[in-house]
Amino acid sequence: MTHSANPLSSNGKYAIEARDLSVYYSDFRAVKGVNLQIERQKISAIIGPSGCGKSTMLRAFNRMNELVPTAWAEGEVLFHGHNVYDPEVDPVQVRRLIGMVFQKPNPFPKSIYENVAWGARINGYKGSMDELVERSLRQAALWEEVKDKLDQSGYSLSGGQQQRLCIARTIAVRPEIILMDEPASALDPIATLKIEDLMRQLAEDYTIIVVTHNMQQAARVSDYTAFFNMDEDRAGYLVEHGPTNELFTKPKDPRTEDYITGRFG
Amino acid sequence: MAGRNSAHGLLVTSPDEDFADNLPGRHRTAKAWQIVLQASTVIGIVVLMALLLNIMDGAFGYAAVQNKVAPETLAVDGIALEDLPKEQLIEILQANVSAGLFRRFESEKPLAERSREEVYDLVVERVVEPEVVGTWPLFELLLHRADVLAEAAEAFPGAEVRFTSWINPQFAVSPQSANPEQAGVRTAILGSLWTIAITIGFAFPLGVGAAIYLEEYATDNRLNRIIQTNINNLAGVPSIIYGMLGLAVFVRLLGSLTSGQVFGLVDPTTANGRTILSAGLTLGLLILPLLIINAQEAIKAVPGSLRQASFGLGATRWQTIWHHVLPNAMPGILTGTILAMSRAIGETAPLVVVGASTFITVDPSGPFSKFTTLPIQIYQWTARPQDEFRNIAAAAILVLLALLLTLNATAVLLRNRYSRRRYS
Repeated sequence: MTHSANPLSSNGKYAIEARDLSVYYSDFRAVKGVNLQIERQKISAIIGPSGCGKSTMLRAFNRMNELVPTAWAEGEVLFHGHNVYDPEVDPVQVRRLIGMVFQKPNPFPKSIYENVAWGARINGYKGSMDELVERSLRQAALWEEVKDKLDQSGYSLSGGQQQRLCIARTIAVRPEIILMDEPASALDPIATLKIEDLMRQLAEDYTIIVVTHNMQQAARVSDYTAFFNMDEDRAGYLVEHGPTNELFTKPKDPRTEDYITGRFG
Repeated sequence: MAGRNSAHGLLVTSPDEDFADNLPGRHRTAKAWQIVLQASTVIGIVVLMALLLNIMDGAFGYAAVQNKVAPETLAVDGIALEDLPKEQLIEILQANVSAGLFRRFESEKPLAERSREEVYDLVVERVVEPEVVGTWPLFELLLHRADVLAEAAEAFPGAEVRFTSWINPQFAVSPQSANPEQAGVRTAILGSLWTIAITIGFAFPLGVGAAIYLEEYATDNRLNRIIQTNINNLAGVPSIIYGMLGLAVFVRLLGSLTSGQVFGLVDPTTANGRTILSAGLTLGLLILPLLIINAQEAIKAVPGSLRQASFGLGATRWQTIWHHVLPNAMPGILTGTILAMSRAIGETAPLVVVGASTFITVDPSGPFSKFTTLPIQIYQWTARPQDEFRNIAAAAILVLLALLLTLNATAVLLRNRYSRRRYS
């Protein structure tokens, strides 16, 4: 996999890095001045009170914010040493390399097989599609449950299975980073645990950034945690970022301590 | 029943002064509204039934038919006219029509080459010459059958009085004629089908395309808002205005195009662009705003989560539209198309302005033919003074309804197939 001419292929120390990033909706600043480095093949969690711009921050990494017509960003998101907001960088390519799993499971109204195969096909995948589908479903810990009904609708699955199908679909296009926006918040506790186990497995191959409002989940699953808060004009900002066990046991910032001990948020 | 689920029923609760004891009143209001809503439904159905019965009243009934020559007198050697072989029928024809007319029949198609049925029909039409001298509508007949028969026997002593269905297979396949017994709707049906095909072929891609642009590409700026407002308003413009637009643009301005001159077709019978093409394009313009608005609603109803999922996998905007937005919006778009098509097929006023022919007997042969459509035909027949034309107008209305149902059923089947193919 050498793409030396590709603006996204040279390597940096971190998987992805935000530098002085601010995100706006029209003239409302949702996220301001964030500097955040994401370690490779680790799970980084973003926590914080409701409305502090966690999801906006997450979507800023792969330019998904641009689907909202009024959204725009200031600052840099460095990926392979290039700013993804550089006019020469194609957001379509960014989104293939930085995949996304959403809060509510959103499989396509197609068969289970097609759900996994579609993304790879439109991205010009040339290998054996059957193998790719099986490998992706195995990686998403779903293969054993669906191998006999690949032609059934993705909607025939339970909520937790649907979410794992969405993860399989995401890894089928071979991303480097997977963004997860509260991936378990619509699921029951058992399905949630399955997703968390899966995240740990996926972290061996992928860099994962997960937004969660569930502090226990962040503590259970993540290697690094970033705590966001918002100021008086409702703009989100990064308070503290560090290894998860340090942040939860010895927070450096009193606001972090207040939040994780449940005094607000 | 009274006081079900209420403090007046089984549940006895201690009174709470902060809440009014209004449950019976609330139930009365609910019941009253239910009756109002049911009544409006019933009134609507009754009116529609009355309309349909009125049409049936005209389309069926008694007709007194008087033959110029009694068929019995044409019998040869005791064999009735309808059983005679072809050769004898030809002889009868030759003996009873003028020599000029007989030659004309021969030159159109040699009589020896025609089938026995064709010759027989010709004999009935030209020699027996049955003529409807009086008609009675269906309900008069059902209610006062004896009176009708007595009246008919008195007024038309020589006439045969029989039950007549003005809508019959012959009516559907015969061309227009000045004689109501022979007139049919064949040219009008073909004209309607040709026109609607051009209308849909023109308006569907354009409407869906515009809807996709407005929903998926257009940014929310002043210009696009003005365009949107205009489309919404155009949907309410009276159809006669579209007719005038069609006359000015398609018939006058683009006359050489719509009459086919540009393509080297010079049809002297085509009157200056008053063709099927002009009519179809005019109706296309008429339903375009409806189609756009309906398609926009259908596209809006596609959940945003699907678009996000698609973009999140590295799909381009077009891949997202083509693979996810359109397939999921298609049932809704087709529903809108069905409604628009129903509107177009019943339109009369704009076609009168564009220049529909009211009397043509030749089938339309293509987009550059002169045309008439079913509503035009009905309109024209109802304006005739003879009673029989009103009967065949009623019959033509039934044909129009049948055509509409057929086209709609086709579109519904298409839509259901689309919905079934999806997994949802």
